[in-house]
Amino acid sequence: MPDSTPHPTRQLTFSTAINEALNIAMQTDDKVICYGLGTDDPKGNFGTTLGLQEKFGPQRVFDMPLSENAMTGVAIGASLNGIRPVMCHQRFDFFLLAMDQLVNGAAKWFYMFDGQRSVPITIRLVIGRGWGQGPTHSQNLQAWFAHIPGLKVVMPTSPADAKGMLLSSIFDPNPVVFIEHRWLHNMVGDVPEGDVRTPIGPLRIARSGSDVTIVSMSYMTVEALHAADYLQKRGISCDILDLRCVNPIDWPAIFSSVQKTGKLLALDSGAETGSIAGEVVARVAMNCMSSLTAAPARLAMPDVPEPTSFGMTKGFYVRASDVAVKILDMLGLEHGDVHEQLIEPTPHDVPGSWFTGPF
Amino acid sequence: MTPDIAKELLFRMKRIRHIEEEISVRYSEQAMRCPVHLCTGQEAVSAAAGLALKITDFAVSGHRAHGHYMGKGGDVPAMLAEMYGKRTGCAGGRGGSMHLIDESVGFMGSTAIVGNTIPVGVGLGLSFKLSGTDQVSCIFFGDGAVETGVFYESMNFAAVKKLPVLFVCENNLYSVYSPLRVRQPEGRKIFELAKAIGVESAHGDGNDVELVYTMLADAIARIRAGAGPQFLEFDTYRWREHCGPNFDNDIGYRTEQEYLENRALEPIKKQQDKLLQAKLITTAEITAHEESVRIETDAAFRFAIESPFPDKADVYRNIYA
Repeated sequence: MPDSTPHPTRQLTFSTAINEALNIAMQTDDKVICYGLGTDDPKGNFGTTLGLQEKFGPQRVFDMPLSENAMTGVAIGASLNGIRPVMCHQRFDFFLLAMDQLVNGAAKWFYMFDGQRSVPITIRLVIGRGWGQGPTHSQNLQAWFAHIPGLKVVMPTSPADAKGMLLSSIFDPNPVVFIEHRWLHNMVGDVPEGDVRTPIGPLRIARSGSDVTIVSMSYMTVEALHAADYLQKRGISCDILDLRCVNPIDWPAIFSSVQKTGKLLALDSGAETGSIAGEVVARVAMNCMSSLTAAPARLAMPDVPEPTSFGMTKGFYVRASDVAVKILDMLGLEHGDVHEQLIEPTPHDVPGSWFTGPF
Repeated sequence: MTPDIAKELLFRMKRIRHIEEEISVRYSEQAMRCPVHLCTGQEAVSAAAGLALKITDFAVSGHRAHGHYMGKGGDVPAMLAEMYGKRTGCAGGRGGSMHLIDESVGFMGSTAIVGNTIPVGVGLGLSFKLSGTDQVSCIFFGDGAVETGVFYESMNFAAVKKLPVLFVCENNLYSVYSPLRVRQPEGRKIFELAKAIGVESAHGDGNDVELVYTMLADAIARIRAGAGPQFLEFDTYRWREHCGPNFDNDIGYRTEQEYLENRALEPIKKQQDKLLQAKLITTAEITAHEESVRIETDAAFRFAIESPFPDKADVYRNIYA
């Protein structure tokens, strides 16, 4: 069980933090099982499941047939009898085969049987961009799942939240969709030792500021932080709210920040129309109109599938420079040296030099 | 087959028949405001499965689930109250006829999407294997569900893991109004398809309740002995319309003659005549049973009708645990 005593921290990558959460969950509760395509293969789902089968055995950690829909139903069925399954998918897109079981089954079971039995399953999905992942290996469809009552949708940014929120997800009595951005897997951060759980609900203030509120999630928070570093040098301070989960959304914290800054920029890693960012703009407009000193804005992906070609993705993604430019526009300031200071990294299609493909 | 079991099978079928037919009689009152998929004519499988399974075994089903629920021992007043949308319904009025549940007898749920509970039943089987119990998970579905991808996926996984799962397919030849011949290739048997996936399978006359019981009991015994999943296909026939209380042979998707031929094969009369002929039962016993079912049914309907509706505020309860 989690405890409240202070825990020493270490620097861990996001993927190691996930691995640690899985280890702790399986150690804590022998009803936790973990399966997915390649869960026990030499790559171990981007390193996140390495060593689990050796430690907890093939009954509790196993590879599975390429049957995303049925295997989601299997998780539901097992959970109805006390098991806590964690399913691991190497791409969000693969999981689209499982919509019946997720939407008609997992999300509804507790409600449609009047609270008699909940479905405590965790579904890990990897979103991303770049490296030619293209139209069907890079989709950021978190808004779909946030739209469905009965699901919780978690999207951590920091390694500490990756660990703490995965633990919370596994021990939550509801179905939780846990979304990891591929570009975060090698990010390093302080992670507490032990069973430290981050609650699902409250957002994280990634940086405090007073001039503009940036609401963000997952990898977009990293771009927002780069933009904020640049803007700080020009005397503009950003309040960066890292949502951490997109269902539920921590509306009071968002409203309170906008009441302080009077300005909102909502970021989203998914396509613009019907996005979480759109929902943030709508609710802020409805609830904080009198506080706003500029029209709320959003930056999301264009409403087109992501192309594969290196040549076509240059300038395609929302980057720190886009965030900074948008904020300068909202404040009525000159762009100045923003494009020199926040150049698109080269190559543009990887999160850093650590990433050399193939997936 | 002991005389006691033979008689119990008859009684269970007659009870299911009577309650289903009473639903069809009362449905036109417009008080059961949800779709109903009646199993009249298909009672043998429900009655036999309920008797062959233990109360500690689990079952799941699909949209035509009344018989499976009642066969497993599900609470009948709560089932009817569910159809009337009442607070006392087995799902608190949230599910209706297609969402039945009575965990106290191991009926873990029926849902409305064809094929939807097949993997759920396999997952229940996985939970038995993980916890090392000798329980069996029984999955009821029809010939239409065999056409879903999730059927193949679920059977495949159950076979890979040798899970304690009993797949029970009631082949009533129709999916809504679409006959089997436009949905599955001629000459391909469903139970042979199951065998090819790697699940031991057999096929039997779903109107012969003693045969159905024997086949189910044998399959369940094999599963408990560790033989892995078993698949049984039973031929049966839906008397009434796909959804609703009426007969629909006049609308043209099947002929009156086909219906009459199949109805003549029906399981209840067959079993009753057999037992009377063998002097294993008396007409007095049958009459007494019919009377007790009539009293039980009337009381169950009264309970459902007199129960209160849920509060409007209940809409917002139980979205999250």
